[in-house]
Amino acid sequence: MSEFTKYTISIYTENNIGLLNRVSAIFLKRHINFISFSTSQSEIPDVFRFIIVVSMTETGVKKITQQIEKQIDVIKAYYHTDEETIFQESALYKVKSSSLFEERQIQNMIKDSHANIVTVSPEYFVIEKTGFRDETEELREALAPYGLLQFVRSGRISITKEKMGISEILNSFNQQNKD
Amino acid sequence: MENQANNPISGAEAVIRCLLAEGVDLIYGYPGGAIMPIYDELYKYSDDLTHILTRHEQGATHSAQGYARTSGKVGVAMATSGPGATNLVTGIADAQIDSTPMVCITGQVASHLLGSDAFQETDIIGISTPVTKWNFQITKASEIPEIMAKAFYIARSGRPGPVLIDITKDAQFELFDYSYEKCKGVRSYVPTPTLDPKQVEAAAEAINKAKKPMIIWGQGVILGKAEEEFKAFVETSGIPSVWTILGLSALPTKHPLNFGMVGMHGNYGPNVLTNECDVLIAIGMRFDDRVTGNLETYAKQATVVHLEIDPAEISKNVKADFPVLGNCRESLAQLTSLVKHEEYAEWKQLFADHMAIEIKEVINGDTLPTKDGLTMGEVIVGINKYTKGDAVIVTDVGQHQMIACRYAEFVRSKSNVTSGGLGTMGFALPAAIGAKMGAPDREVVAVIGDGGYQMTIQELGTIFQNKTAVKIVVLNNDYLGMVRQWQQLFFDKRYASTEMTNPDFVTIAKGYHIDAQRVSKREDLDQAIETMIASDKPYFLEVCVEKEANVFPMIPTGASVSDIRLK
Repeated sequence: MSEFTKYTISIYTENNIGLLNRVSAIFLKRHINFISFSTSQSEIPDVFRFIIVVSMTETGVKKITQQIEKQIDVIKAYYHTDEETIFQESALYKVKSSSLFEERQIQNMIKDSHANIVTVSPEYFVIEKTGFRDETEELREALAPYGLLQFVRSGRISITKEKMGISEILNSFNQQNKD
Repeated sequence: MENQANNPISGAEAVIRCLLAEGVDLIYGYPGGAIMPIYDELYKYSDDLTHILTRHEQGATHSAQGYARTSGKVGVAMATSGPGATNLVTGIADAQIDSTPMVCITGQVASHLLGSDAFQETDIIGISTPVTKWNFQITKASEIPEIMAKAFYIARSGRPGPVLIDITKDAQFELFDYSYEKCKGVRSYVPTPTLDPKQVEAAAEAINKAKKPMIIWGQGVILGKAEEEFKAFVETSGIPSVWTILGLSALPTKHPLNFGMVGMHGNYGPNVLTNECDVLIAIGMRFDDRVTGNLETYAKQATVVHLEIDPAEISKNVKADFPVLGNCRESLAQLTSLVKHEEYAEWKQLFADHMAIEIKEVINGDTLPTKDGLTMGEVIVGINKYTKGDAVIVTDVGQHQMIACRYAEFVRSKSNVTSGGLGTMGFALPAAIGAKMGAPDREVVAVIGDGGYQMTIQELGTIFQNKTAVKIVVLNNDYLGMVRQWQQLFFDKRYASTEMTNPDFVTIAKGYHIDAQRVSKREDLDQAIETMIASDKPYFLEVCVEKEANVFPMIPTGASVSDIRLK
């Protein structure tokens, strides 16, 4: 229980200004850093989903999830281990175009790592790779000697294996509030 | 639903109409540039809505808190943008940690100036986010009715708390068609979890097996308006009951099953026996560290039943073996029908035995002193004598607060107003103003230390202007007494910045035309308290007490509740 483990916290929220601040303040108050963060539209119109990756004890992540869910505009918050989710990160790599033609092995690297070339211009080209952290990292390390002009990696996006049932939760809220 | 279609009004007027629609007749605040349109409407509506001008915005929040605590209604505080708004923050944080229903309204610079570092612009939404139950910035007048309705609903429902609404100046001026509908629910928010009868049955079963059960109740009993249900549960079960500082007054002091206070300066028996009970029944309390001492050694032997409205409090600090989620008014009623009555005679005798020790070692010295210096305890006993336990006692933070809560007697609920969780010095004087206005027929006595008193002393002006008949007792030891006590006990008497050279408090009170006297001799005390209580006007009494007295019992930080010290 007291071991630190990587947890993915999924938060379904209303789309309100300031909610990101409210959620991050819960972590700030407890001196906890995010490993990664991303937010997007969810499967339900007007409902947003935050995906936060943290390294915490299970007791800690359980308590913080309760504190998040307590916020008025939060519909539901869950935490999961890596085994319970399907997750990916996306990375972009900007490399000088000259190296693409002069260093043939770059083309092999792209092919071997299942990366895609997004754009090519006379000065640079951009590669995209989606996968686990170690895979995007491996490609970054491989490309580094050829002069990476820019590198950026997204936060984790994750989908749970179990059913989330947010529509049912929203319906039950509406029902309870009617009572 | 109030409908005024085809008759546009300003956002500022809408704010006032919303307040009236929510049943608000009294607000506290301080005007300034960005909230002037609302103040202009207050002028027009002054017959319906009373505005109390405090002398500092912090005073407005604490007054609103005091009002909420004695009236059971939502307190309202108002301030301008920038410094006006930031001055509210301490009171908001206090209301958040003590679950006090409060709506704060702040003016904001015009929406086209947001983010431009305009005059008196501050990001009060950002600043107040961690200390509010909810907050929202309004930039269009048409948002006002729905957001105001939501603000009051959120502040008062479930576990109550503070809500801040920030309104840009252009939204206050903007005209729109006003209509108001009360908020009946927010789709992402369940204020009160639905009670699960299975949880109640499981809790009852655990309680019925107990040989040495103990109830610790907190403010949830008062906030849930569950005093009757709580008393019925205590009497039906016969279980000895003890309170947290904010639970104080929910059960009369002299009730035969009221065995005192838990926590750092609580009673000896309740603390020691927390580590001996077999079933601990926590009702509307949150196991604050000042209650539990070292969690590693807290009630490890006990089965814990926890009646609580806020799911985030379940197993937050102490693992609940039998959680019962819901409003305790409802859960207690069900639980009462399932518990058996026991006398627990031997178990209660243990409480009595510990009390006998505490009386001999601590209480006699505090309340029946034989040494020269006046004690804080004998002042509280004197107040009890003349109020007969029927007063609202408002306290600040420190030694006087602990002594007042230990010795003040109460015959009815909503009578103890103090800053519990945040420990806000400066709380008591403005809170007493609100407490008196929230319960105008009751005697309100503010007991304050000389340190905290000077943090919000300017509110004497509010008392004078409004003729608010609060009784102010300053227990003056010329020290920041609690910090000095810790310096004595844990920092080898290095009294760093705790000694105070105080002004003539009586002269200051008289400057505000408040009747005042100072007592420094035991033979003058009784008469002085009698005179103060007999007055129907504001009254100030300074009692010069023993300078270096300490509050005991005491659980040192990090120690176990069972290691409570008597000296």
